[in-house]
Amino acid sequence: MVVDALFWLLALTAVASGFAVFRVSSMARATFALAVSFVAVGAVMLLLDLDYLGLITVLMMVMEMSIMAVFMIMYMMNPGGLMPMSMYHNKAGAMTVAVGSFVVLAAGALLVPWPEREGVAPADITLQLGEGIMGSKMLVMLTISPVLFATIVGSLVLAAPRGRYDRFGDDLDQPASDPVPGGLGR
Amino acid sequence: MVEQAPAWAAPLALGLLLALCVAAATFDAALAAGRGLAGALRVPWQEAARLVVQQRRTTVANDPLLWRTGGVSLLVVAALMVAVVPWGDWTLLDSAVGVVWFNAMDVLLWAAVWITGWGANSAWPLVGAHRFLAQALSYELLLMFALISPALGAGSLRLADVQAEQAGLWFVVTMPVAFVVFCVCVLAFSLWGPFAAPIGADLGGGVLAESSGVDRLLVLLGRYALLVAGAAFAVPLFLGGGEGPLLPAVLWSVVKTVLVLGLLVACRRRFALLRPERFAELAWVVGIPLVLLQILVVSLLVLGRS
Repeated sequence: MVVDALFWLLALTAVASGFAVFRVSSMARATFALAVSFVAVGAVMLLLDLDYLGLITVLMMVMEMSIMAVFMIMYMMNPGGLMPMSMYHNKAGAMTVAVGSFVVLAAGALLVPWPEREGVAPADITLQLGEGIMGSKMLVMLTISPVLFATIVGSLVLAAPRGRYDRFGDDLDQPASDPVPGGLGR
Repeated sequence: MVEQAPAWAAPLALGLLLALCVAAATFDAALAAGRGLAGALRVPWQEAARLVVQQRRTTVANDPLLWRTGGVSLLVVAALMVAVVPWGDWTLLDSAVGVVWFNAMDVLLWAAVWITGWGANSAWPLVGAHRFLAQALSYELLLMFALISPALGAGSLRLADVQAEQAGLWFVVTMPVAFVVFCVCVLAFSLWGPFAAPIGADLGGGVLAESSGVDRLLVLLGRYALLVAGAAFAVPLFLGGGEGPLLPAVLWSVVKTVLVLGLLVACRRRFALLRPERFAELAWVVGIPLVLLQILVVSLLVLGRS
């Protein structure tokens, strides 16, 4: 009973705050409305006893939205970023896609005949999740992680305005000159 | 064995959190001007009373929803952290992934501090808010690795298991680097001492520049509450939980929390401010390799034992 009430409360919060992204008049509110939506989804996962996945969802999404807020304000039309504004970029189109995909997914969840559960949940779901990812899929993970890492390093190299020759001189023998000095006195 | 505490223990734990906040503020006041403990006793209450009756200052076109939410969030996050801490044999919420819970809660601070700075619609608080995110990017990975070490040593994310694993040998002995890094990260997410740059005087108060009255009181209280939560978390992670002679386990947990809290509070007046750009390089170039080595040592110990 309590769990049902909590589920509906969180589900409505998730949908309503997701929709609020299009309704609010400030970039910060839009960002954190989306964050609230994700936190509600994470809490629903906690209700399903998926403790680890629920918390990781909250962790990742709040972190991501905080950083995204900085970038969104950095790129918005009003450079100070302190005045209200809304997402006028193809608002109708974005809302159509968002509402449309919600309706399709919700209809799918309601109309598909769900199979009966076979077997029981393991005692430690987190352990099973870990074995699922790290056990038989370890080779996939080992392949993906260097690719991801190479992508990160590659994009940083492409984006960095200054290379080592800028820092250490043409013969790489000068003391480092950085616009912002670091903590190691280099 | 750690048991689920009855529901009436929740206000008790909240009361303990607030009492430790007052104790921490008193201790800080005692260290401040050398006025001694007797003179310091009334300082937190005076300051709180002053802020409660102070008229709220407002700014043009501020965002009250985000501003107020951010200010309250620090205290709420601290309370949620304390909820999973085992106090001796009792815990409010026996989460199977307590370590991850702590991590998720501290990430909520990224949003909390940022919206507190944003809400005022003023330049300096926003600069302070951005500073905090820069600082958070530096400490978050360190904190994650520092949290992983005891979980790895115990083979469990449940705090009760981590605490039980330390019967005989506390993790602080086998993972001193992780312990120090954890304490540094607690200071960093509490905006305390060397990590107070986001509310620094060079920004006219940074995130708190426009904050006044009860709003300011809540943020300042929240900062102490985060220190308390961090100290309380260090006890089951590194200091053997409620283990100790004579006294009951619950009391040992509290005593150890108070000692760690005192250490954290004292850092404020012992260390100079560490600017976020300097901390970034220190954290990533020195801190992360050190704490990864610590994890390697723990892994070898675990392998050697099995």
